[in-house]
Amino acid sequence: MSLSTSGLTPAFQAVGHAAIEFDDVHLGFSEGEILRGVTFSAQERETVVLLGETGTGKTLLLKLASGLLRPDSGSIRVLGKDISGIPESELLGIRREIGFVFQEGALFDSLTVGENVAYRLHEDGVDPDEIEPRVSEVLRFVELAHTFDSLPSDLSGGMRRRVSIARALITRPPIVLYDSPTAGLDPITSQTIISLILRLRDVYGVTSLLATHRLQDGFALANFHFDSRSKKVRRDSSPESSRAAPTRFLVLRAGKIYFEGSPDELMKSQDPYLRRFLI
Amino acid sequence: MEVLQDLAKTNILKVQNYSILSYHSITNLASGPRYVQDTLDQMDDIGVGSLPIVLLSGFFIGAVMVLQTGSQFIRFGQASLTGDIVSLALVRELGPSITGLLVAGRCASGIASELGSMQVTEQVDAMRAMGTDPSRKLVTPRVLATLITLPLLTTISVFVGLLGGMLASVLSLRINATTFWERAIKILEFSDIMQGFMKTVVFAFILATVGCYQGLNVRGGTQGVGRATTQAVVVSSVLIIISDTFLTKIALYLADKLF
Repeated sequence: MSLSTSGLTPAFQAVGHAAIEFDDVHLGFSEGEILRGVTFSAQERETVVLLGETGTGKTLLLKLASGLLRPDSGSIRVLGKDISGIPESELLGIRREIGFVFQEGALFDSLTVGENVAYRLHEDGVDPDEIEPRVSEVLRFVELAHTFDSLPSDLSGGMRRRVSIARALITRPPIVLYDSPTAGLDPITSQTIISLILRLRDVYGVTSLLATHRLQDGFALANFHFDSRSKKVRRDSSPESSRAAPTRFLVLRAGKIYFEGSPDELMKSQDPYLRRFLI
Repeated sequence: MEVLQDLAKTNILKVQNYSILSYHSITNLASGPRYVQDTLDQMDDIGVGSLPIVLLSGFFIGAVMVLQTGSQFIRFGQASLTGDIVSLALVRELGPSITGLLVAGRCASGIASELGSMQVTEQVDAMRAMGTDPSRKLVTPRVLATLITLPLLTTISVFVGLLGGMLASVLSLRINATTFWERAIKILEFSDIMQGFMKTVVFAFILATVGCYQGLNVRGGTQGVGRATTQAVVVSSVLIIISDTFLTKIALYLADKLF
C-alpha cells in the first residue's frame, strides 16, 4: 500500500494487490473437517463480506487470516507473506498489521476504555505523552470520547463493539477483520456500527473481511459511502465509488465457497439457497 | 481398546502442552519484551495477598506441633527437645509444604479462574491478535512472581510458626522461651535450610504453571472456568505432595554427600 505517494486520499486510489489470499485451505477439528478447500482473495482496500449460516466457518476464516489458527493444509498469504507455516514469533509482527474486532468486543475487563484502546501503543513503547491524544482521537472517531475512564462493564454491548473498533484502528492497520460486529444488537446500534465501518474504510482505506449472517450489513457497505467533505454517510452506488471501495460477497456453505460475486450478482441470483439470504 | 488409546493420547498431549508452557515460562526471561510492572502486580497479589493466611496458619501449626510433640517428650522427660523437633519439622517440611498448599489453594485457583475467564471471553485471542505473546504477558509474570514470593512467604511462615511454638511451649509445657528459641536455632544446619528452600522453589513453579495451564486451556464457557479452577487446586496440591517425597529423598541424599 502506498497511501502517501499520490497525494490522494486512500479511498480514491486505485485498488492494488491482494492483501489477503487463501489457497485451498482446509481446517478440521475432532468433530470433523469444517473448511474443505477455501480459495479466495481480498484486494487492497476491498471489503469482502463473508456470509453464511452459523457454524459454516466464518469466524475460523478470520482467525486463519490473522494467524490465530493454522490451516491443516493450503496456504494463506497476508500482505504478500505466507503465514501458514511461520513460527508464532513472526506471526506476532504480522498481526500488528491487522486489526481484529471480535464478536463480543473482547475488551480487557480489568482495564479502562482508554487503557484498552492504548494497549497496542503501550506494547510498542510509544511515548506516554503521545498516547493520550491518539487514544482521544480514535475515541472521538467512534463517538465515545466521554468513556475514556470507564470500565468495559459500564458500557452497553454496542458501545463495547465501538471501543473494540477504536482499539483495532489505533495503529491504523491496513487490514481490519470484523467478526459479526452487529450480532445481537438492535437495528439502530447496528446501523451505527456499520456506518463506523464504512467511515473507517472510506477515510483510512483499509482492507476489510467482515463475517456476518446479516445480508443488510453487506448491502449497506456496498451502497453507502462516507463523504469526507460533508462528513456524512450518503447513499452512493456510482461506479466510481464502487471502484474506489469495492464490496464483494462470499457465501460459505458446507465448508466451501458457495458463491463469490458483487452485490448485484447476489441480488440477481436465482439459486434457491442464496435466495434464502435475500428474504 | 480405542477408548484407552484416545485417553492415552489425550493425556500425553496434555503433558506435552504443560511441558511446553512451563519451558517457555522460564525461557521467556532470556529475551524481551519483559513485563516488569505485571510481575510486580502479581507479586503484590500472590505475595502480599497471601500473607494473612500464611501468618495465621503458620502460627497455629507451630503451636499445635509443640502441643503434639511436647506431650510425648514429657513422658520421656525430654521436654526441652521440643524446640529442636519443631524447628526441624517447620524448616524442612511443614513450612514449605503447608505454605505451598495454602498458596496453591488461593493462587493456583485465582490464576486459573482469571486466565480462564480471559480465555472464554476471547481476551487471550485479542491479546494475540494485537501482537502480544500471552505466554510472556500472562504466564511468565505469574510464574516469576510466585518463584520470588513463595520462598519469602515460607520464611515468614516458619518464623511465625516458631513464635507460635515458643508461646505454646511456654504456656503449656512450662519451657523457658530462651531455651526453646536457642535449641530451635542451634539444631538447624545449612542443609536443612537448603532443603526447605529447594522445596519452596519447586512448589512455586508447580502451582503457578499448573494454574496458568488450566486457565489457558479452559473449554466450555463459564462451567469450564469452574472446572479449571478446581482442577488447578487439585492437580497442583497433589503434585506438591508427590514431589515433596522425591525432593525429601534428593535433599537427604545431597545433604549426606555434600554437607
